[in-house]
Amino acid sequence: MLDAAIIGAVLASVVAAATTLLLASLGELVAERAGTLNLGVEGMMIVGAAVGYATAYSSGSLLLGTLAAVLAGVVVSLVFAGLAVWLAANQVASGLATTILGLGVAGLIGSSFVGTRIDAAPALHLPVLTGLPIIGEAVFGQDAFVYASVLLLIAVTYGLARTRVGLVLRAVGENHAAAHALGHPVRKIRTLAIMFGGACAGLAGAHLSLAYTPFWASDMTAGRGWIALALVVFSAWRPLWLLAGAYLFGAVSILQLHVQGFGLGIPSQFLSSLPYLATIGALVVISALKHGQGAPASLGVPFVPDR
Amino acid sequence: MPLKLERQENVSTLRLAAAPVVALLVTLVVGAIMFIALGQDPVRAFTIYFIEPLGDPWTLQELVVKACPLLLIGIGLAFCYRANRWNIGAEGQYVAGAVLGSWLALATHGTDAGPWVMPAMLVLGAVGGALWGLIPAFLRVRFGSSEILTSLMLVYVAQLGLDYLVRGPWRDPAGFNFPQSVTFDDVALMPLLFEEGRLHGGIIVALVAAAAATFVLGRTLVGFSIEIGGSAPRAAAFAGFDERRVTYGVFAVSGALAGLAGIIEVAGPIGQMQPTISPGYGFTAIIAAMLGRLHPVGILVASLVLALTYIGGEAAQISMRMPFDVTRVFQGTLLIAILAADVLVRYRIRRVEGTSHA
Amino acid sequence: MRKILSMAVAAATGFALMGGLPEAKAAEKLKAAWVYIGPVGDFGWTYQHDQGRKAVEKELGDKVETTYVENVPEGPDAERVIEQLARAGNKIIFTTSFGYMEPTLKVAKRHPKVFFEHATGYKRDKNMATYNAKFHEGRYVLGQIAAKMSKTGTVGYIASFPIPEVISGINSLMLGAQSINPDMKIKIVWVNSWFDPAKEADAAKALIDQGADVISQHTDSPAAMQAAEAGGAKAFGQASDMISFGPKAQLTSIVDNWAPYYIKRVKQALDGTWTSTDTWAGMKDGEVVMAPYTNMPDDVKKLAEETQAAITAGTLNPFKGPIYNQKGEMVVKEGEALPDKDILSMNWYVKGIDDKVPGQ
Repeated sequence: MLDAAIIGAVLASVVAAATTLLLASLGELVAERAGTLNLGVEGMMIVGAAVGYATAYSSGSLLLGTLAAVLAGVVVSLVFAGLAVWLAANQVASGLATTILGLGVAGLIGSSFVGTRIDAAPALHLPVLTGLPIIGEAVFGQDAFVYASVLLLIAVTYGLARTRVGLVLRAVGENHAAAHALGHPVRKIRTLAIMFGGACAGLAGAHLSLAYTPFWASDMTAGRGWIALALVVFSAWRPLWLLAGAYLFGAVSILQLHVQGFGLGIPSQFLSSLPYLATIGALVVISALKHGQGAPASLGVPFVPDR
Repeated sequence: MPLKLERQENVSTLRLAAAPVVALLVTLVVGAIMFIALGQDPVRAFTIYFIEPLGDPWTLQELVVKACPLLLIGIGLAFCYRANRWNIGAEGQYVAGAVLGSWLALATHGTDAGPWVMPAMLVLGAVGGALWGLIPAFLRVRFGSSEILTSLMLVYVAQLGLDYLVRGPWRDPAGFNFPQSVTFDDVALMPLLFEEGRLHGGIIVALVAAAAATFVLGRTLVGFSIEIGGSAPRAAAFAGFDERRVTYGVFAVSGALAGLAGIIEVAGPIGQMQPTISPGYGFTAIIAAMLGRLHPVGILVASLVLALTYIGGEAAQISMRMPFDVTRVFQGTLLIAILAADVLVRYRIRRVEGTSHA
Repeated sequence: MRKILSMAVAAATGFALMGGLPEAKAAEKLKAAWVYIGPVGDFGWTYQHDQGRKAVEKELGDKVETTYVENVPEGPDAERVIEQLARAGNKIIFTTSFGYMEPTLKVAKRHPKVFFEHATGYKRDKNMATYNAKFHEGRYVLGQIAAKMSKTGTVGYIASFPIPEVISGINSLMLGAQSINPDMKIKIVWVNSWFDPAKEADAAKALIDQGADVISQHTDSPAAMQAAEAGGAKAFGQASDMISFGPKAQLTSIVDNWAPYYIKRVKQALDGTWTSTDTWAGMKDGEVVMAPYTNMPDDVKKLAEETQAAITAGTLNPFKGPIYNQKGEMVVKEGEALPDKDILSMNWYVKGIDDKVPGQ
């Protein structure tokens, strides 16, 4: 029953499921490394999904749709940035308000597109490689969003660790007073980081409404923005661990459906709760092995320059 | 940057009291623009949102009923957040409390158990919530695992657990196998305060909790150690406060209050166990706690304001046929306006000559 | 402070007075209201109820005024919304989710002059009726089509929650399938949600990967249909005609058509003939409609049409004996049919389903 074809197909599903989470959480990771906790991920994501779908449907271009989604995510993120960075309002409340606003705005934008559909973003079948056993489809037969998520991951990992921009960004997140004293424009950097987060969340939304389930329906993100937020914590603010977390969560979500298909009679509620339990379990193991969570020291603390 | 925020060192009471007024003004302006842009009549919308609900005894009661769980959960969260412990899983603790409390209601169903059932349910509800809240606390103290992730993930686990119970063992045998328990006996129901309406005894519990929290947080060593533990853990350790005890303590209190809210809601307005027992109270209460600046009285006001936006939103859907999404956009706008107004009161905006970084 | 309060009160009374006039005019129209569990944009359960509401507006024109409240969570909020609707002068209120049963009942007792209609429940009162549709009739047709169309002999079933309506749908589909191919297999995946497009798509993919080549769903979004289309499988739509989402995949859809019932009941409320009833309508009444049969050979189409005609005419009952349960015990004798109340409370699988009913 478990032949290579099934394993390959399951892997392909896992990759697709993990990609939405990976995209959204990468952006949030950057925002958090700059010291801002943006709980508006769900809101930015759903607006991205709505605007991306509306644009792609109206223009017939997936590329335009994707760009519009990214832009929409950025616009919503600016609401949060305005409140949390420039007005130094409470970040948790600002993020939650952004999410509520985003869910409403997305519903309004999407309302005239209910019941329509578009063609899904095509899988970019790479000749020869796609034909490889087991991993062929999973690794080389995916749509552009999957490859974009991997490229973004590499860029963020490298950017944070090896570039001057990354260094400054981390400095702002660790100690904004010191960074300010060194002459770094703390609030501008944070705004840019939040905008990057918005762009990524918008892209994640576009992945849902243009590739994964290519149609629009209200509340179609169904809480994935929250999972993305939790995964950033899971990763201890390290991009590579984020990859592990997103794929672990995606894998358990998909596998529990397969286990059900075998008809073992395990309560489905228990199987449905496995992704959450697995994430907790993995986090406990990781945190038991090393000390500290590595949270940016200034995370969640508003910055107001004294002079 | 021509404008600059400047922290007001001593914010006068007058200015603080002005915050809601400023917030209201900002909301009116931003809201009016939004309603006009969406083709709705702003005057009528504001009347329905803010004035009509306050002019009717029935809606006033509903306002309090809706605010009750937000207040209870919000107070608990204030303990956590003051100590810098980021419990965002109050929704799960709410469910856990409701489950443990309901167990007693179902176990005594059909027996001639006396009036001790209701108080015992409240205790069990608090215990259930506290136990669920202590899981992230334990994982944090023992393994250093972030409570943000664990508490959030446990929300989904609690909800699925409730789902299992209500669809399985707790199903009403006479209910055609639909997912709901029997209706609780009278001794297991929250007493109503008036003949008319749904105002129940739970609101008294919530008010007592608010008063107690105000005292504990403001006047006692416990409150002090929570704050110090939160803002300056090293100083706290130096002063002999145990960080671990603070973690356990605030999670227990927070979980207990959320659990209490859960069992009150189930034994009050709902009256039975069913798969959905909360429209996201545990998350909305986070906003209440923050808007209320982690002070019980502030949270009380914030809970009432939030409840008003829900009830006003429903009224606007009913009498103006406003789509749900418009009410959601307005609620978001309102929250943003309140947050902004709060800042504008606490900080002074100054025009700065010349260039400035930041 | 006191001054502000008195001003507010004055303003409130002023508004109330102003609001009083147009209401008196509107009183000639009958006000009808709907309470929805989801957004009207779900393209599933709530969307179809709202189509019914729109049909009422179209049919009765200026004799009625309709409103709806969407996204009302089951729980304490439902009672408030229903009460608010009753207080706003609505004369007939439809509450369209099972979890609204107790709240509707409570409000109905307080407003004896208002007519209440609760979908899918079983509690009634003098002024509270119930209604539902026999979706399992449609699923029997799906089962026969699945058995004819499946090459692997396995049909996949995406299920939401283990409630009697879903269980009886699974059984009816299986009985239909077995009437064509006694060895037909079924794989069931519970997603524990009515609406989570990505998860529904994942479930469809998982079922296809496990060898199901015909997918049936009892969840609300068209995501599974799209996944089937992408995965080269066939599928049945749910609630709405989903052909645009699966032009090559959709065999047919079970369409919920609430319009006839809503129009009938609102008319009765208008002319004063409304009574509290328990309506469980099916194909015969036009409440369960099959979308056009597509993507199948003519003989399968003919079979499906004949079965549909037989169910509509009342000569075929999906739950007619002999029916055996999973242990092989005879539950319904030859020549008898399962009573409605047993279908409405079904919590067991028929023979041939290799799985356990969750929670049993």
